[in-house]
Amino acid sequence: MLKDITIGQYIARDSIIHALDARIKIIITTILIIALFTIDTFSGFGFFSAFILVVVLLSKISIKKVLKGLKPILILVLFTLFIHIFLTKGGQVLWSWKFISIESEGVYTGFFMVSRIFILILFTSLLTLTTSPLQLTDGIEYILSPLKRFGVPASELSMMMTIALRFIPTLLEEADKIMKAQQARGADFESGNLIQRAKSLIPLLVPLFISAFRRADDLALAMESRCYRGGEGRTRLHELEFRYYDFIALIIIVILAVAVSFY
Amino acid sequence: MSLIEINGVDFLYQNDNSDRPALQNINLQIEAGDFAVIIGSNGSGKSTLAKLLNVLLTPSKGEIFVSGLNTNNRDNTWKIRQKVGMVFQNPDNQLVASMVEDDVAFGPENLGIPTEEIRQRVDKSLEMVGMAGFQKFAPHKLSGGQKQRVAIAGVIAMEPDCIVLDEPTAMLDPQGRKEVMETVQYLNKEKGITVVHITHFMEEAINADKVIVMNQGQILHKGSPKSIFRLVEQLKDVNLDIPVAVEVAEYLRREKIEIPDILSIDELVDALC
Amino acid sequence: MLIELDNVSHVYQDENNVKALTDINLEISRGEFIGIVGHTGSGKSTLVQLFNGLIIPSSGTVKVNGKNITNEKSNLKETRRHVGLVFQYPEHQLFEETVYQDIAFGPKNLGLDKDEIQNRVKEVMELVGLDYQEFKDRSPFNLSGGQQRKVAIAGVLALKPDVLVLDEPSAGLDPQGRKQLAELLKYLYQELEMTVILISHRMEEIAELASRVIVMHQGEIVIDDTPVEVFSREQELHKLSLDLPQITEILHRLDEKGLKVNTDLFSISEASAEIIKALRSK
Repeated sequence: MLKDITIGQYIARDSIIHALDARIKIIITTILIIALFTIDTFSGFGFFSAFILVVVLLSKISIKKVLKGLKPILILVLFTLFIHIFLTKGGQVLWSWKFISIESEGVYTGFFMVSRIFILILFTSLLTLTTSPLQLTDGIEYILSPLKRFGVPASELSMMMTIALRFIPTLLEEADKIMKAQQARGADFESGNLIQRAKSLIPLLVPLFISAFRRADDLALAMESRCYRGGEGRTRLHELEFRYYDFIALIIIVILAVAVSFY
Repeated sequence: MSLIEINGVDFLYQNDNSDRPALQNINLQIEAGDFAVIIGSNGSGKSTLAKLLNVLLTPSKGEIFVSGLNTNNRDNTWKIRQKVGMVFQNPDNQLVASMVEDDVAFGPENLGIPTEEIRQRVDKSLEMVGMAGFQKFAPHKLSGGQKQRVAIAGVIAMEPDCIVLDEPTAMLDPQGRKEVMETVQYLNKEKGITVVHITHFMEEAINADKVIVMNQGQILHKGSPKSIFRLVEQLKDVNLDIPVAVEVAEYLRREKIEIPDILSIDELVDALC
Repeated sequence: MLIELDNVSHVYQDENNVKALTDINLEISRGEFIGIVGHTGSGKSTLVQLFNGLIIPSSGTVKVNGKNITNEKSNLKETRRHVGLVFQYPEHQLFEETVYQDIAFGPKNLGLDKDEIQNRVKEVMELVGLDYQEFKDRSPFNLSGGQQRKVAIAGVLALKPDVLVLDEPSAGLDPQGRKQLAELLKYLYQELEMTVILISHRMEEIAELASRVIVMHQGEIVIDDTPVEVFSREQELHKLSLDLPQITEILHRLDEKGLKVNTDLFSISEASAEIIKALRSK
């Protein structure tokens, strides 16, 4: 049930997108997101959508799987849409009843915001779908490492991220087990008002936290036993390597981003 | 010189409010190539002893030498940890990465082994534990026995002289237990890796070169499996599981039926028929 | 009829769509002690979670005390009052500040009043062998593993279920702990007349306690019979990658080799006496 989170799940494929260096992909995604926030026309969104489609096809991942990543935020998106439709005023009045009215500005802004959110999520999804967790954390470590001289523990942060990603499925499974065990004792996670439901989470969160701390303890011993003593001097099984197509991709994106933001 | 020498070791936990030390007067030698099994029930001190072997803990009294290196000397810590690899009880809480090969590579990466060689070590180690082909698997998709074998591979990839396994089968089902024991025996018998196996399952001591029985922080008995398994009543007294075949043999002996020292069902049946 | 499963199948709704159970038909009556065995992945855990509505099957019906619990109108809390479930490593569910409060969690969820709750906590602590005064105010996290397990089991017993389901309750326990657990289960079954359903990998435990053994394989029930019957089917069990109780294995092998022994004995002392008798009469 809780494992249906496609955002962040890596799907391995033999595609050019997957082969791109993780650091380039992180940088490209950042550039695209910045460009996204500079455009203010639907044709700009249309352009980005076409771009996303091209990337999805190149990545050999089914469109269905990519769109599944939008499911979790659907409620948030619909909420945003309705807020704008009913509350943002301006332009022509399209429909009214008593004191409620829908005006064209509201509709426009609503759909505009929603489109932006969708494209933002899709950009991030593409990154995580085509880049393995290890490549991502390695990429982030590399990008952050110039900051080491300012005291930023880039390698250790990267290790933390790797471990966190590794344990997400395990902790989700455990949360499921704990929930069931408490339900077997009559616990109810579903009914009641907001406050009651928050309180009902205690029998789930306390054991989960305790278990997480215990795991951390055990893991620390295991890591020390395998001679881990921080980032210094560590080599890598998978080295990140720039190839010619990484630079080509970067140049293409920069040109596109500049073009779109000026359009 | 023995591979591991433990001389007059005591250990007391810092915030321990119990009436006795966790370990008292431990004297033990492990030779290269040994398959040593330490058995004891909860509270016997066996896990504490394990942690002393790779300097996760240091003795309150006495000394431990690993390949001649004194564990009390802090400068030796990392060298010793490369020589003595450790596998723990909880299969999940040892695996650090989202893919099997990345986890097995963790140890060599920490040792600064060049990339090309890490690749070779990872593939070779996985093959030795029977997990070849599982390189790209995620840990949470593996069974308990498979996870433990990956953990063992991660340790072998560091090319240690000795592997210490602290109750590696305690959380596994019968299938997983079998897989792990077969792997450990293979590594010892075919690859010559010294093994110190800590357990409360006496059956796992059947093929040992030496068996050490611990109780309440002290070594109770040391000897060959046959000599240890003979002490049925004493082993029951310290809350250990006696294999059924051994118990049956004991019943028969009490009724004056001659049974040689047997360790397994096979040996019992052969002795009776 | 206490629990009735009719044509039950279950497929997990995840990316793999694993078929966990296929065509299960099962009747459990009052007063049974049922042992469920099977390879990991055979569906045992999924099966027992149907008994108290933690899992609603993809198809088929589950009736508890005559009531169909597979439709949406069913009150699952009521069912969980009657069917208690102790998961594997139950100490992982402990969360309250004191032993008393954790054991009281179940009864509180049932809406019982303070006096009744206190009575129940006292009762079940005595049942599992934890002294009330000594342990009631202690933090569950400062107890030994064995004590924690007792608290967790007490927490389920406090619901006073008619049926108690336990998934590998002796996992990780030492011989003494296992003995205490077996005695507890015997007491619940014989004195308190609870129906007990036990999942275990330890055939010795099953042979010692159960009156009926269900063998599962790949989501199906393949054998459903008395322990004596089930453990006499050595070939079939080996094909399912299941072991016999060690004592049964010994008796079978001796019998094969020509020593005439009754192979239906599960206690080590009785079996040894039987072997001695056979040896002396040769």
